[in-house]
Amino acid sequence: MFEIVGKRELAPNIKWIKVRAPLVARNARPGQFVVIRLHERGERIPLTLFRWDKEEGTIEIVFQEVGKTTYELGTYGVGDKIADVVGPLGKPTHIENFGTALVVSGGVGAPIGYSITKALKEAGNYVISIIGFRNKQLVILEDEFREVSDELLVTTDDGSYVRKGFTTDVLSELLESGRKVDYVFTVGPVIMMKKVADITRKYGIKTYASLNPIMVDGTGMCGACRVTVGGRVVFACVAGPDFDAHQVDFDELMKRLAQYREEERVALERFLQVSVVRG
Amino acid sequence: MSVKRREVKKVRVPVPEQDPHVRIHNFNEVALGYSLEQAVEEASRCLQCHVKVAPCIKDCPVLVNVPGFIKKIVEGDMKGALEVIMETNSLPGITGRVCPQEEQCEMNCIMGKLGDKINIGKLERFVADYAREHGIRPEVKIAPPTGKRVAVVGSGPAGLTAAADLRKMGHEVVIYEALHEPGGVLVYGIPEFRLPKEIVRYEVEFLKSIGVKIYMDVVIGKTLSLYDLLEEFDAVFLGTGAGTPNFLNVPGVNCLGIYSANEFLTRINLMKAYLFPEYDTPVKRGKRLAVIGGGNTAMDAARSGLRIGYEEVYILYRRTRDLMTARIEEIGHAEEEGVKFMFLVNPVAFKCDENGWVRAVTLIRNELGEPDESGRRRPIPIPGSEFDLEVDAVVIAIGQRPNRILYQEVPELEVSRDGTIIVDEKHRTTLRGVFAGGDAIRGEATVVLAMGDGKRAAMAIDEYLKTGEWPERIVPMKLAQAD
Repeated sequence: MFEIVGKRELAPNIKWIKVRAPLVARNARPGQFVVIRLHERGERIPLTLFRWDKEEGTIEIVFQEVGKTTYELGTYGVGDKIADVVGPLGKPTHIENFGTALVVSGGVGAPIGYSITKALKEAGNYVISIIGFRNKQLVILEDEFREVSDELLVTTDDGSYVRKGFTTDVLSELLESGRKVDYVFTVGPVIMMKKVADITRKYGIKTYASLNPIMVDGTGMCGACRVTVGGRVVFACVAGPDFDAHQVDFDELMKRLAQYREEERVALERFLQVSVVRG
Repeated sequence: MSVKRREVKKVRVPVPEQDPHVRIHNFNEVALGYSLEQAVEEASRCLQCHVKVAPCIKDCPVLVNVPGFIKKIVEGDMKGALEVIMETNSLPGITGRVCPQEEQCEMNCIMGKLGDKINIGKLERFVADYAREHGIRPEVKIAPPTGKRVAVVGSGPAGLTAAADLRKMGHEVVIYEALHEPGGVLVYGIPEFRLPKEIVRYEVEFLKSIGVKIYMDVVIGKTLSLYDLLEEFDAVFLGTGAGTPNFLNVPGVNCLGIYSANEFLTRINLMKAYLFPEYDTPVKRGKRLAVIGGGNTAMDAARSGLRIGYEEVYILYRRTRDLMTARIEEIGHAEEEGVKFMFLVNPVAFKCDENGWVRAVTLIRNELGEPDESGRRRPIPIPGSEFDLEVDAVVIAIGQRPNRILYQEVPELEVSRDGTIIVDEKHRTTLRGVFAGGDAIRGEATVVLAMGDGKRAAMAIDEYLKTGEWPERIVPMKLAQAD
């Protein structure tokens, strides 16, 4: 059992938790994830690591309440225990001094984007961060990003904070202005990552994306997370989650992510009803 | 041959089974097992062969003293029977259910010359079940502590067996399991209706009761490395199985609704998707399911498919019925339950709709050519014979290979081209102090072969812990080719 030792709401439906998981914290590296199972009846879902502390033996996770499991996790408080936390899984993000590195994060991709930004900065890169959210209310981790970025560009879809536009608009403007960028890392909604890849392809900038497919075990056992990269089928949980964004079949990934939409709806509605009844 | 002249019942005591029409709507066990009276009656058919090593013992990978435990059943001494079995086999409720007895203990049963062979498997199962239901615990001898510590990676049949034997030898044993429940393939792969998870839990509890420690949620190669284990333990046994599914390299294989057998069975068995939404993990349901493959895993997937509500389930196999690798009993059960078989067909593509859902599998007809390296006649596609079978979901059950997650960062550990860990006759790997067995060295084999490996490895580990000897070079052991 893994105890929750800290919890905060960062924005509506977006929560931060700190969990005691010493073995995970000991070996965790940027870009890796854990698979959690809340309880005996729970499903296994992957959640990416935001931060971790070896000495303290804790990991930090930021998640958005979208499905039954994340909503239920949102009801857990400090002192509650998660049945299973497995990790760190996946290959760590490849970090080196590329020169000027650009990290494009959207929505709840921001926590991962933060850990990559920090690592790139520590490796000596000049790091530009672009972070985008739907609206002002949903802006998270701005201060954290500012701390580890040489430049930070914030945008909101509806213009309720800083500026109006998608991260990809900011990216296009930046590259059109002639800024030289050596490396791009992107994480967030699949459609955003796809567009980032389309833009950077034109400029020939090496681009990596952190993918978030459906997983069960997270250790290469089931193939639920298979994605097509460069025409080859690979398991994202062990070969990824990072891949050359110019090679990823994002359309297929989007379809595969919707595979259980109906079941997810049934499970969530049932959960919310039960929660209401219980008050 | 000296067979005592006495009245022998030539016919096996039949094993009661759940009616096929009923059982396809539940996940309860299919074979119901013997009652006490039935077990004693079947046991009394045994000739108690007066030879040095009875064929039933010789052909058992874990060398269970079959005539010995059968004699105890006849005497009505079930605790004695259990203790005889557990001298060499710590998982009797499991082996009694999933062993291919017809190719092992029962294969050369002398009774076969007079009538039906003894139903050894069901008798073993009876002893385990009777003991469990009546709270009978075996008395186990544990050697005095040796002060040595052994790590076992993986809690499948190989790991559990190695752990039990090593513990009995007086060593401290810690098992690391990547999933959240111990048992490996016994819990994620083999369905409830063939092996109730309660049995696995009970037999794992026995291991704990003799002092084996089990840590869940630890992925060796990720959470801890093999080097971490070598620092903390005197020896390591790798029983990591063959967990990585093979997919067909054909167009459309990533259509929605196409599962590896591993995923389909893991969702249903380990995650209990058949109880969704009571349990949170879903699995796609529909009208027609196609399962590709002819092994036990294919049968398990097909029969699970019926139970979660598919009205029509097809097994699509590239060769002929007699060349399927599944146990005859399992093929029979699948047929009784209404699984349809299509032989001599090979998938060449999957067709999906605009949302990505699989709608049809395109098959090509085969004819059989010359035997291949497995000795079975090779299927050869007949040009122009393609046709479509409409489906709602597909399960690909064409085999698994070892998961490389464990050793991708351990260059000293030599593996073969197909990913199996190379070991010598004593299950020693190319890394000093590290042993391996089960599907991790064989590819895909059976539960009891893995248990046999666990047993031999435990003996070799014990010897290594006593002598500290390790060879300069590892001479690879020759293993029977897996199907």
